Amino acid sequence: MAATDSLQTSRPGDAGAGADGGSRPPVALVVVAAVLAAVLLVPLGYVVSVVVDVGWGTLEPLIFRPRVGELLVNTVLLVVLGVPLTVLLGVGGAWLVERTTLPARRFWAVVLVAPLAIPAFVSSYGWASAVPSIHGLSGGLLVSVLAYYPLVYLPAMAAIRGLDPALEESARSLGLGSWAVFGRVVLPQLRLAVLGGGLIVALHLLAEYGAFAFIRFDTFTTAIVVQYQSTFAGPAAGALGVVLSALCLTLLVAEAGARGRARYARVGSGVARAAVPQRLGVLTPLVLLALTALGVAAVAVPLASVVRWLGRGGWGGAWSQPELPQALTQTVLLAGGGAVTAVLVALPLAWLTARHPGPLARLLEGTSYVAASLPAIIVALALVTVTLRILPGLYQTAFTVVLAYVMIFLPRAVVPLRSGIAQAPVALEEMARSLGYPPIVARLRVTLPLLVPSIAAGAALVGLGAANELTATLLLAPTGTRTLATQFWSQASAIDYPAAAPYALLLILLSVPAVALMFAQSRRRGAR
Amino acid sequence: MTTLALSGVAKSFGRVPVLRDVSLTVPAGTRMAVVGASGSGKSTLLRLIAGFEHADEGEIRLGDSMLTAPGRFVAAHRRGIGYVAQDGALFPHLTVEQNLRFGLPRRRRDPARVQEVMELASLDPALAGRYPHQLSGGQQQRVALARALAPRPAVILLDEPFSALDTGLREQTRQAVIDALEASGVTTVLVTHDHDEALSFGGQIAVIAGGRLVQSGPPAAVFDNPVSTEIAAFLGAAIVLPASFTGPDGAECALGRVPVRHDRSDGSPGGRLLIRPAQLGLSPANGTHNAVVEDVRPRGSHAELLLRTAGSAQVLIPLRVPAHEGPEYHAGMRVSVTVNGGGVLYPPD
Repeated sequence: MAATDSLQTSRPGDAGAGADGGSRPPVALVVVAAVLAAVLLVPLGYVVSVVVDVGWGTLEPLIFRPRVGELLVNTVLLVVLGVPLTVLLGVGGAWLVERTTLPARRFWAVVLVAPLAIPAFVSSYGWASAVPSIHGLSGGLLVSVLAYYPLVYLPAMAAIRGLDPALEESARSLGLGSWAVFGRVVLPQLRLAVLGGGLIVALHLLAEYGAFAFIRFDTFTTAIVVQYQSTFAGPAAGALGVVLSALCLTLLVAEAGARGRARYARVGSGVARAAVPQRLGVLTPLVLLALTALGVAAVAVPLASVVRWLGRGGWGGAWSQPELPQALTQTVLLAGGGAVTAVLVALPLAWLTARHPGPLARLLEGTSYVAASLPAIIVALALVTVTLRILPGLYQTAFTVVLAYVMIFLPRAVVPLRSGIAQAPVALEEMARSLGYPPIVARLRVTLPLLVPSIAAGAALVGLGAANELTATLLLAPTGTRTLATQFWSQASAIDYPAAAPYALLLILLSVPAVALMFAQSRRRGAR
Repeated sequence: MTTLALSGVAKSFGRVPVLRDVSLTVPAGTRMAVVGASGSGKSTLLRLIAGFEHADEGEIRLGDSMLTAPGRFVAAHRRGIGYVAQDGALFPHLTVEQNLRFGLPRRRRDPARVQEVMELASLDPALAGRYPHQLSGGQQQRVALARALAPRPAVILLDEPFSALDTGLREQTRQAVIDALEASGVTTVLVTHDHDEALSFGGQIAVIAGGRLVQSGPPAAVFDNPVSTEIAAFLGAAIVLPASFTGPDGAECALGRVPVRHDRSDGSPGGRLLIRPAQLGLSPANGTHNAVVEDVRPRGSHAELLLRTAGSAQVLIPLRVPAHEGPEYHAGMRVSVTVNGGGVLYPPD
């Protein structure tokens, strides 16, 4: 390679000129990211447009009426009671598994994360068929807490695994007892994990439709779907959507404010020692009993119901439904399309944040979180409205369903990709360039192979969410589309539980690999 | 082999100037070490030469080719300049052999070239199938050098390639790298903050401070006659004593009359005299003395003595003596210090 061979010139700042790696992002990347961000803000824009179009005069009586008050009380109580319960179970479970002498800790670690593989509406179906009297707030709390506590358990587990035991030992040497150490040293370090997990649980509680509809517990989301089904995207549904969106965005802002400015990463060099597990002693049988009860309620009851209904329907009969193969195929295609598209959309946003951090990058990436914090029903209403009014050719098409999946689940792809890109050293690309490769080829040959695990993780997580998605799919899917979730819903809401059972089982089986991946990633992250 | 020439190169990050008016020539086939403290701009200089950053001003020329000039910028992958990063930056998903082949054009992926550079870098052929994480730090650095040499670049840039290695391995790897560079005859620029490394790299040395190139030349000449006492101290242990210039070949200081090897005093009557600890001879005072022992600290292979010069300007001088001589000295003892060779005279502060 002679230096004088084929010299070509380019202007400073050209993407191809090798200016990458600094803080100034290429213009093309910013333009792409900005366009994507604008699309992601469509649901928020829809909420604002409802307020503007309908006008406060029309909205006010629709919002300030007894029915909305009732829904508000239900929804707020669900969040206020449900989130602390999930935090208690999630953090408590993580602590028992990671930091105590609990027998068979690996087994319990799997049991505690297992409910994540069971969609909340399947869990609700299991409980409703096992205990038909279940309903209202207590039923909603039972079903949702059991379904969603792993969303706190996983980050808490990762955080606890990453704690430096030297801090706890220092606290002990300063005279603090076990409980005081937990309260004053361990819990503050779990703050980010608890806040993040709690926020996700709260957003799920606000967005959940199927689980609460099963047990006749009314929330904003269930009411919006009912309104939509009776009046289409009328002002009443819009008014409820405005209140629901306001609740979600309030939670998002509150969580960001509650994070504080303290530093939680380990300070110091070297590798932290493994913690010495705390002895449970005489409490062991009690703890085992409690964990068994939790496992039975969160995993065994829904699974047993599915198996029972499969048996009732006759094993051959249940599986011979003609819609089953189509539902499986369409689920895989739609969820797969959502996963691939989400990764492609996440890539420029994650690249911008990881390689060119700054206010602009944060702003553009932040749009993915804002969109995803809005419930699926709002995203669906927004896309229905936009496709009907502006792009009628896209109304009830697979493209719109995939777009909705991207909007709802995009952070699941952005987060692992951003972390993967940040961990792929720029120096490797520079090295490839010094060895004669143009920037694009250097990225494809060096960075892309290093991103494969992150891409796989992001795609799996989006795919898991999309496969289980019910609300947006019900509203947006083309006529005749059958996914496992919509077929399950259709059969179960017609009280044909045996016919719904195979769909429930397939949904669970499809979820297992992605949950296993999330579990493994959380353990690795904690270990790092 | 090609000459690398920089002329008036400047670079700022935002409002912070990092390099100012740097001009430097690395003759074809020679090795140059650029030495400077952290934040002096030496790594930025290397990145500008490599084409990873754009210079704000100035020119960078490789042989007859202009790489960087106002309105002209040759992209990194077209420069034909090899680069070895601080941590080697081996591609973690490729084996050693795949890393070495990475920079070879497809039509020239001659297995013999891979073997050749492995031999050049003293790499055991058994390592070819290993992944970077299966290598020691020294092996990784030698693979990184071999990879950079494989496409036969016109110039090799080394960015503190030994700093991540522990002391023993560093010396061994450094010698292996120097041998490989010597054998290949490639023009090389090394940046380092380690003065020993810079002075022993061979060829030329350039000292950079505060973004400016302050001195360059053969290592022995720069060490012997540094432009300032600060540069002298940066390049190695230095003793600076107040002195008066008493004649064309001698200056009077606390240790007596010392010949002036180089005069940088610009004719000022008083000034400061630089001498190196290695020039000092020490013996217990027999009658007259010019220093007193303040402290004796055993350091294993040697003992460190702290001397205070006698007279009005009491200056502390650290000095090493062999370990077995350490017990001959104790705090408060009067000693006689002699200076071998001359010093460098600078103007007063």
